[in-house]
This record gives sequence, structure tokens and C-alpha cells, in this order.
Amino acid sequence: MKSPSPALSPAKGAAAPGSATGSDPLISLRAVGKTFSNGTVALEDMSLDIGQGEFVSLLGPSGCGKSTALRIIAGLGDTTTGRIDWPAGPDHEVGFVFQEPTLMPWATVFGNVFLPLRIKGRMASQARDEVNEALAMVGLEGFAHAYPRELSGGMKMRVSIARALITRPKLLLMDEPFAALDEITRFKLNNDLLELWQKFSWTVIFVTHSVFESVYLSSRIVVMAARPGRVVADIDVDAPYPRGDAFRTSTVYNKFCRQTSDALHNAISATMETV
Amino acid sequence: MAGQAQEVSKQFAGGDTGTIQRPNKEPAGARIVRMALPVSMLILLGVVWQVYVTIYDVPHYILPSPVRVGEALYTDWAILGPALVVTLKITFSALGLALVGGVFFAIMMSQSRWIERILYPYAVILQVTPIVAIAPLILIYAPTTQAALLICAWLVAFFPILSNTTQGLKSTDHNLLNLFELYGANRWQTLIYLKIPNALPYFLAGLKIAGGLALIAAVVAEFAAGSAGAGSGLAFRLIESQFRLNIPRLFAALILLSMTGVLIFAATSAISHLLLRKWHESAIEREN
Repeated sequence: MKSPSPALSPAKGAAAPGSATGSDPLISLRAVGKTFSNGTVALEDMSLDIGQGEFVSLLGPSGCGKSTALRIIAGLGDTTTGRIDWPAGPDHEVGFVFQEPTLMPWATVFGNVFLPLRIKGRMASQARDEVNEALAMVGLEGFAHAYPRELSGGMKMRVSIARALITRPKLLLMDEPFAALDEITRFKLNNDLLELWQKFSWTVIFVTHSVFESVYLSSRIVVMAARPGRVVADIDVDAPYPRGDAFRTSTVYNKFCRQTSDALHNAISATMETV
Repeated sequence: MAGQAQEVSKQFAGGDTGTIQRPNKEPAGARIVRMALPVSMLILLGVVWQVYVTIYDVPHYILPSPVRVGEALYTDWAILGPALVVTLKITFSALGLALVGGVFFAIMMSQSRWIERILYPYAVILQVTPIVAIAPLILIYAPTTQAALLICAWLVAFFPILSNTTQGLKSTDHNLLNLFELYGANRWQTLIYLKIPNALPYFLAGLKIAGGLALIAAVVAEFAAGSAGAGSGLAFRLIESQFRLNIPRLFAALILLSMTGVLIFAATSAISHLLLRKWHESAIEREN
């Protein structure tokens, strides 16, 4: 990857987690619990503050409720116990990227990216520039009139990201977005995502089950255990941004991977004990 | 922001992005062969039929030759033509009403589980009861025979559209439903932008079935009604030809019915292809 020119990278430096310089966190989960109608306890007593501008990964074995937590933050489904606060103000625009691209096969790339604005009652003719801009951000200019079936897996995911960006969200929620992609495509999208995050200083909550992906991307990793889903570790990854492919082979990266991996193993064994 | 986006995108260019190649059109030669094959098969069959009838001297009241059927079609057009129009009217009115009714009730049922629970059993009962068995009742209640025939044909054509469209409206991707909820889409928007497009292939499959069934029901209902006289359709002319041992005319009426069925099938297939060719797997040729 070409490292971004210094002029482009904001003076973010080593973004310490929660370094929202004293201001309120963006989201605050307070003792959130979620029990499904079949009796499964997906989340229990989960408390978490996420500061503005953070890149937080939720990492854990399957069934640890990381996706459930993400959906609750997105407003899809209520909490059973506890509550979610938005201390920085209730006016929040959220973008969501699912594990699958989740595109409408009957609509063109333009139609898919335009969808959130269409729901808000905008006209296609007025939104053309915004859609094209969002497509340019994910490197898909010129593909506005293609149908999803004509695109590769990585390109479909880019469309999905462009759709999440079209409303200019402050908070981007991503539910294992790159899990189904091959490694080359995943690395590329990792880099692209980091650049966009630095440029537009969003807050990102990123669900993954990959230690390496979480360390590479995040400023902070929240490790969760299953049955019931809960937070067991909170790791600050205070390696400076921008991170490039060199970071993937650095000793710092290695150190954080080991630390995170140990925390994940603890989480998994904690899960086993409770079974 | 646009400028920034440009710069970013330049860095990202390449990688997994590429150009899209749409498949080439079928070459003209292959197309002609594909069209010519069934046509020449039809001609061959006609020739064999004609030769058989001529050689074995089969009487025309048993099996008329194709030429004789063609003559009947021409000379009896004054009788068969109006009958065809009557049958076509019933078929297409029934299909049109089934389309409107089927889609309307499917949407109603997709909006409320209660409406579905109330209505669906009756739709099933109407469907599984043989139309020939209901026809006598309908004939008593309907104001005219034509209206009775229309009701019969509608009952038969209605169900495939209803059940297919309902299935299509229900099988919307849950993630897409979540997405719509996330962006605060209302019921109407979710229906128009998501559920209806998703149901389109299912609806079109239902329409194809209903098109064929509407014609069948129009004929069967006329048999059951035993209608007669000037305002009757092709089914009456079939029976009448049989009574009079006018077998060439019977064949001519049969051919008109077959052709109507083929045309309905071709029309619904064409509509389906036009609407789905851009995106649905069923309308796209597989290429490996």
C-alpha cells in the first residue's frame, strides 16, 4: 500500500483510547442485558463507554453476543435490562455494514447506495453528486450503473460501505464485514477503511473474530466471552496511525497480537468453565 | 469533501476493482437455427399426418388431414372467430381480475398476520374444490352465463398469483429488512422499495401458471355451464362439432385454443424476461 501523504493524514498520532479530550463519550452502555425469547442470554451486564473518534473492535468467540451488542447500539432490537446513553447528544446518524453485502439485487449500485437517502425522501436527481462521492470514497466510481451480480465479493462489500457512508454517519457499525472475503481483498479493504476513518474522524465499532484484524485496525479491543455474553478484557492498542503493511510485520503488532490472543484464550476458557 | 474523496479513491484504485464485461449477444446464425428447429419439426409432423391420412384413406370424420383442418379454419371462421373472441374475453378478464385481486390480497396478507389467518384458509378451500363442482352453483347465482364463466376462470387463476406473491413478499432478506428499519423506513417504503421488488420473480412465476389456468378454466367452465347459442365460446363450438361429427371444425377450434395458450405463455414469459433480465438468475444465461 502506498502510505498516505503526510498532508492527508490528520494529526491523530497515537490515538489513545477514549482520548476524546475530556468530552463525553459518544455511546455509553450501562449494564446492558439481552435475553432472547427462546431463553438464550446473549448479553449480561455489559457496560462500555465508547469515545468519539475511537476505532473499537469487539472480539470474541461465536455466541459471545458481539453482534447482538452491535445491533442493540444500532437500535435494532431493545435491551432486556440496562440502557444505552448517548451523552454527546441524541442526534446520531449511524451507518451499518452487515457481514454480507446485503444489496438489493434488482437495484443498480447507484440505487443501492442511494437507498438511505431515498428512505429519507430525497430525490435521485438531487442526490446524484452525493452518491457518486460515496462511490468515489470506496474506489467504485464508474460502477454506478452495474448490478450487484456483476460485481466481485470485495466490490459488493465496497458498495455496502458506500451505502453506510451516504448519510455521513458519525458512527459506523460493522458486523464482521470482511469475514467472507479472501485475505488479499480483506487487507486492501482494511487499509481503505483505516484511511477513511482517519480522514473523516468517525467512530467505528467493528465486530470481528480475527485477532490479527482487530489489532491491525483498532485503537482499542474489547474482548468478550460467551454464555452469557460479557466483556472480559479491554485492550488499548496505542500504536500510532497511519498503519500500513509494515505494521503487520512489526514487533509492536506482534506484541499486541500476543496480548489480544491471550485475552481471547482466557475468554474462551472462561466460556468453557461456564458450560 | 469531493476533492478529498477523489484523492482517496486514486490511492484505492486497482485491487479488486475491474471492468465489467457484459456477455455478447447470441450470433445471428445460432439464433436462426434455434428458431428454425421447432418450426421445421412442426412442418414435418404436418407432412407425416397428411401423408398418413392420404395413404390410408382415413375418413375425415375420424381424422381430418391438416389441409382439411386448414380449410375448416378458413370456411368456418364466421363461427369460430366470434367464439374465439368470447373465450379470449373471458380468459383475459379473468386473468386481469386475478392479477389485481391476487396481488391486492397478497399485499394485505403480508401486512397483517391476522388478515392472513382469516383469509388464507378460504383461498385454499376455493382452490382445492374442483371448479367443475362449483360451476353449477355459480351458474345459479351469477346474473348471466358470461359472468358465471368469468367467476369460474377467475377462481382458478387467482390462487397461483395469490400464493406465489404472498411467498415472495414473505421471503424478503432479513438483513435488508433490518437495514430498512435502521434507516427508519415506514411500512409503505418497505413495501414499495423492498418487498414488492423482491416478490416480483415469484409473482411472475404465478402469472405464468395463472395465464395457462385461466384459459383452461374458461373452457372447462363453459363445458360445465353447457351454454349454447350465438354468444358462446370455443368450448361450446367444440362440443357442437363433436355432436355433428364435424371433426375438421373440432380440430380447427382445438388449434385456436392451443395457439391462444401458446400465445399467453409466450406473452407472460416475455413480460417475465423483460422485468428480470437485468438482475434475476432465472433470466440470465449461465456462463462458465
